[in-house]
Amino acid sequence: MKPRLIRDFHFPARPEELAFGVCTDAGVLTTANSGWRVFRPVLDASKCIRCLFCWVYCPDGVIGKEEKDLTIDYDYCKGCGVCAHECPKKAISMVKEGE
Amino acid sequence: MTIDSKFQFSDLSDQELLYGAKTCPGCAATIAVRLALKVLGERTFVCVPACCLAATTNAYPQVSFAVNYVVTAFPATASTIAGMAAAAEMQGLEDVTILGIAGDGGTADIGLQALSGVCERNDNVIYLCYDNEAYMNTGIQRSSSTPWGAWTTTSPAGEGERGKTKYRKNLFDIIAAHRVPYCATASVAYPMDLMEKVAKAKAIKGARFIHVHAPCPTGWGYSSEKTIEYGKLAVESGLWYLAEYENGEMKLNLTPKTFKPAELYLKGQRRFRHMTEQDYKLIEENRDREWDLLKERVKA
Amino acid sequence: MTKTQKGKGRFLSGNEAAAEAVRLCGPQVIAAYPITPQTTLMEKLSEFVAAGEMSAPCKLLLVESEHSAMAAVMGAAMMGSRVFTATSSQGLLYMCEMLNYVSGSRFPVVMANANRGTATPWTIFGDQRDSFAMRDSGWIQFYVESGQEALDTILQAYRIAELPDVMLPVMVNIDGFTLPHTYDLVQVPEQKAVDAFLPAFKTFNKLSLEAPKCMSFAYGPDYHLESRCLQQKVFDEAVGVIERVDEEFYGLFGRRYHGLADTYRCEDAELVLAVTGSAAGTTRVVVDKLRAEGKKVGLIKVRCLRPFPAKFFASLNSPQNSCKVLGVLDRNISFGLEGGLYTDAKASMYRPGAKINTLGFVAGLGGHDVSKADIEVMFGKLANLAEGKPEEEHQFIGMRWA
Repeated sequence: MKPRLIRDFHFPARPEELAFGVCTDAGVLTTANSGWRVFRPVLDASKCIRCLFCWVYCPDGVIGKEEKDLTIDYDYCKGCGVCAHECPKKAISMVKEGE
Repeated sequence: MTIDSKFQFSDLSDQELLYGAKTCPGCAATIAVRLALKVLGERTFVCVPACCLAATTNAYPQVSFAVNYVVTAFPATASTIAGMAAAAEMQGLEDVTILGIAGDGGTADIGLQALSGVCERNDNVIYLCYDNEAYMNTGIQRSSSTPWGAWTTTSPAGEGERGKTKYRKNLFDIIAAHRVPYCATASVAYPMDLMEKVAKAKAIKGARFIHVHAPCPTGWGYSSEKTIEYGKLAVESGLWYLAEYENGEMKLNLTPKTFKPAELYLKGQRRFRHMTEQDYKLIEENRDREWDLLKERVKA
Repeated sequence: MTKTQKGKGRFLSGNEAAAEAVRLCGPQVIAAYPITPQTTLMEKLSEFVAAGEMSAPCKLLLVESEHSAMAAVMGAAMMGSRVFTATSSQGLLYMCEMLNYVSGSRFPVVMANANRGTATPWTIFGDQRDSFAMRDSGWIQFYVESGQEALDTILQAYRIAELPDVMLPVMVNIDGFTLPHTYDLVQVPEQKAVDAFLPAFKTFNKLSLEAPKCMSFAYGPDYHLESRCLQQKVFDEAVGVIERVDEEFYGLFGRRYHGLADTYRCEDAELVLAVTGSAAGTTRVVVDKLRAEGKKVGLIKVRCLRPFPAKFFASLNSPQNSCKVLGVLDRNISFGLEGGLYTDAKASMYRPGAKINTLGFVAGLGGHDVSKADIEVMFGKLANLAEGKPEEEHQFIGMRWA
């Protein structure tokens, strides 16, 4: 299970809701990284042998291995291309966003 | 070249304890940290000084670490975790890891004094240095861990300038000289080896240090998908080595039978593109000298 | 004193008195680095820890610098431990970066600073240029007059720092060498009384295995100004807390220091001198002497530099107040302007049509003694101004040549 983008996060609206200096919760994601992406990794599951090199090398940990086929969290994939580059079976291709 | 490991990727948790960081695409620092946290688990207290990792993992209310996470001043990683570990001990917290994570600037330069203090006192902490070989957070300035000849914004290369004119500081030797219980080098391109070392460190008490080679597409000047490729080439060409220091003894985890030409590693990176055949030769000669020393120490 | 002073009388140096206070408060982690004139305080604490004489189990971290000392106590505070450190002079300056980390994330660190001048010119002797340089670091700053007050103020400091409404670090400034190294009779309270005054440290502002937290994080431009506004409000809150805690302390121990600023014979005083720290003792003697001569003089002892007793100084400027000329003695100087206390006092009193005249005196830098004669000279200058005679607004007092 990966952390998830909190789409309806309640940002402080009044001074009383913003504490000065004190601790805040860890593991809170309020903004996505998807907008950084120029190329999107697309997995061809039929070629995947689940060697998991993409999973281990992904700088952002966005590849999931809990489903039958590997999954990609496009909210947090930046499109760096490490997964496609390291895939020994060329099962991941980088596709330009918007195409 | 393979490394024996008890780790199977498939056995590792899919849970990510570092997620959604604003690091550059292809960042190796996050690979090092997310893999380390897979081994160390949720009962880890992370401390990061001002560096790439801190700048990209917290800006209220977003926090990319899912474990306890504090930010400290640039020189203060080691001293802050020393205090955290002292408090953990006094509070009787069992089975927790106090983990400092800093870059090469925060470790080999401005943070070295505090780190030396931690090693001398043998405080019960793990210190992980992700070494991207320059001050990347401030925009690629040379550090004492920047390799010889590398271009940075403060070691320019061009007319009459040949990049950094000094050799890098050997952090592994410095830490080992403190006679800490455990000290190792690793690379993000060798994840099994990295995780083995983190697991080994976790099981030991006292000051433990892991120095992780972490290629940086932005600072080194290569396209982001090649982070692992350059990490491997550094090791295969003998310009980075995987070693451990434990119980007073040094061990090499991987000794290439023959080194790949340095040029293979160097020529694709923008920071080395001013280099000539003569520079490659000088780098290889220096590499061979270093390896001779290394092998002698392993023998002895 | 209207109440009996409770505790056991012992001859202690200021540093030993401070160490006794720390022993009684029982911090879980101490980190420190030696520096003259703080060193004997740290040595005493080392003895207490080694002998198991602290009131609670304590780990002493012998760090390799003051920067690390403050970072280490911050790390321990992040885990929810009560902590202590002590320093002086160059050490305080070296900590500067960490002082701001500690205050901005609201760690109730208590620190003793044995005041000493700052190099260069090199000096190991006393003045307050070290702590005055740290005014903007977000710490509550106390200045004490005696070893007894050092002990009592450290007890109060923990109480103030750890209250959830405050959660600010506190620096207790002890004039070196005057106080840390001179011996005086000090009442050392019973542990039971201290425990009744200072409850065990509990805070929500710490890391948690159950619900992981982030601390010392960044506020971007979107929330930064707002967070600093809240930081200022906490200091406003602290004013009342400091006064209340002093009253509570009086109730339990029979000694009090009157919140942010104390006065001596000011009721009908026309010439008033404001001072910090050990100079208050000398000034009291001079005030008594001049009063005996029929002069209407008084003393203001500024106990707290931050939060500043701004309301108190403003009240001097009311029509009902007898004060005609206020002098300020600074054992510090902000080059290019004047003494820091003088600046703050003037700013607090300012209003259109102000009736009070002021003079700023800089004295006692780098161990230069502030003698009774010097204080008398200052009162003489205040009198001159009151009589309409000219006086330079900023003056150095007590130099070897007049």
